[in-house]
Amino acid sequence: MSTLDHSTLAAIRPDFAAIAGWIPQGASVLDLGCGDGSLLRYLRGTSKVHGYGVEISDDNIVACIRNQVNVIQGDLESGLSGFESNAFDYVILSQTLQATRHTEPLMQEMLRVGSEGIVSFPNFGYWRNRMNILQGNMPVSKDLPYQWYDTPNIHLCTLHDFETFCHDNKIYILDRRVMTGTSERKLLPNLLGSTAVYRFKRAV
Amino acid sequence: MLPSYELIYETYGTLNSDKSNAILVCHALSGNHHVAGYYEDNPKNVGWWDNMVGPGKPIDTQKFFVIGLNNLGGCHGSTGPISTNPETGKPYGASFPLVTVEDWVITQAHLADKLGIDQFAAVIGGSLGGMQALQWSRAYPERVRHVLAIASAPRLTAQNIAFNDVARNAILTDPNFYGGDYYEHGVVPTRGLRLARMLGHITYLSNDAMADKFGRMLRSGKYSYSYDIDFEIESYLRYQGDKFATHFDANTYLLMTKALDYFDPAREYNDDLNKAFADARASFLVLSFTTDWRFAPALSRAIVKALLHNRLKVSYSEITSAHGHDSFLMKHTHYHNVMRAYFDNVASEFTV
Repeated sequence: MSTLDHSTLAAIRPDFAAIAGWIPQGASVLDLGCGDGSLLRYLRGTSKVHGYGVEISDDNIVACIRNQVNVIQGDLESGLSGFESNAFDYVILSQTLQATRHTEPLMQEMLRVGSEGIVSFPNFGYWRNRMNILQGNMPVSKDLPYQWYDTPNIHLCTLHDFETFCHDNKIYILDRRVMTGTSERKLLPNLLGSTAVYRFKRAV
Repeated sequence: MLPSYELIYETYGTLNSDKSNAILVCHALSGNHHVAGYYEDNPKNVGWWDNMVGPGKPIDTQKFFVIGLNNLGGCHGSTGPISTNPETGKPYGASFPLVTVEDWVITQAHLADKLGIDQFAAVIGGSLGGMQALQWSRAYPERVRHVLAIASAPRLTAQNIAFNDVARNAILTDPNFYGGDYYEHGVVPTRGLRLARMLGHITYLSNDAMADKFGRMLRSGKYSYSYDIDFEIESYLRYQGDKFATHFDANTYLLMTKALDYFDPAREYNDDLNKAFADARASFLVLSFTTDWRFAPALSRAIVKALLHNRLKVSYSEITSAHGHDSFLMKHTHYHNVMRAYFDNVASEFTV
């Protein structure tokens, strides 16, 4: 069970606070790859959201139930067919995008099921990552805590890559927060930011 | 119409002062009121869900007041086809009316009235029992806080109905059935009941579970080149069939399978299951088992989808288990962890 209180959660996961800042009171939220339900629990506290999580792992299902978070066991890679179109105000993919296999169809599914999508991911273009590569090694850090051989992160990207992807897939970016730790990075974000959070919708 | 009826029930634990800790356990096709524990004079007769219900178990009887009943039409003490019709002095037999899941839930609500329980903390059931739990959320939205539907379905598939009909035909065509009035002939349609149960058993197990447990094992190590028992699976099925036929009533079996077939809450809404749950207010836990092909996970997911449509609180877990439909009765770590976590939350909503 996640016993962390709100301020602790926000400090450990600065993307939580950024996401909460965008979500109005009482919104309906679907959190894909919700883990132990921490984000939904956090958003229940900040925004009284009506939320559900989707999670594949048995242990996390139990953890979500302990956190009193609604959770639906399912595999994101097989799509969101269990959810009706336009069922949610927000569909969130928090620190999971880079680990998805069918990334492009999943982004489209997010915008079928929700009015808006929110994703957060580690910025591979962050200068420390670039330094690691320059020195000849794959980056290993707090945001990318895996070795090349055991990482679940198969689709890492930079902010620039993600924005190009959105443009090419007719996804309109509404808002962006780039952070390193808890501090926001507005100057040269693709170089100075370690984590990015985007809010987007379907481009009409 | 029945002039009157009786329901037999068992309870475990203590009803708290504001009567807010009651849980109703609905039984499946062959279940009854004896959910947990055993009797002082019969220690071998352990309740059918003893691994789930009891002190310190996922449904903890130190916190909850648990009620198990035998449904109307049953053959374990509640009024059923085997009971004496007070108007004729003979067993009801064929004249016993077909009862539906909806009827059962009404009679269960009457039982709750008798016990002074306005609202259940939870109504729970597996398979046919899960259908009753779902029906509770529709019929009495204000009388149930949590509904747990395990290995259940919003309605049976054609294949599922087909299995039930073969089982019924086995009974109906048994020469000892006498149109349902076999009691007065002093016989029992044992052969039909036995076949019905053997067929049922096959469908409750998965191919893998059967392969693991029996494979092609031979009872005597060699082929007999006759129609006697060669394989262990034959021996097992015949044993299960025989055992069942000695203690279960054939008319009850017919009636229970028909209740399964008829349950279809979406039917009155042009097959729109979303509308069927429009009045529900409960929070839900829906569980299915990966190898359950009789009540497949897709059927549970259909329930979840309708509950999501109605913005009801719902959690769903698809439990990896090798044991097919029977999984819901078995001890399984993850399944029991999910149940324990959920019931801990249910218990946190009242004071014992």
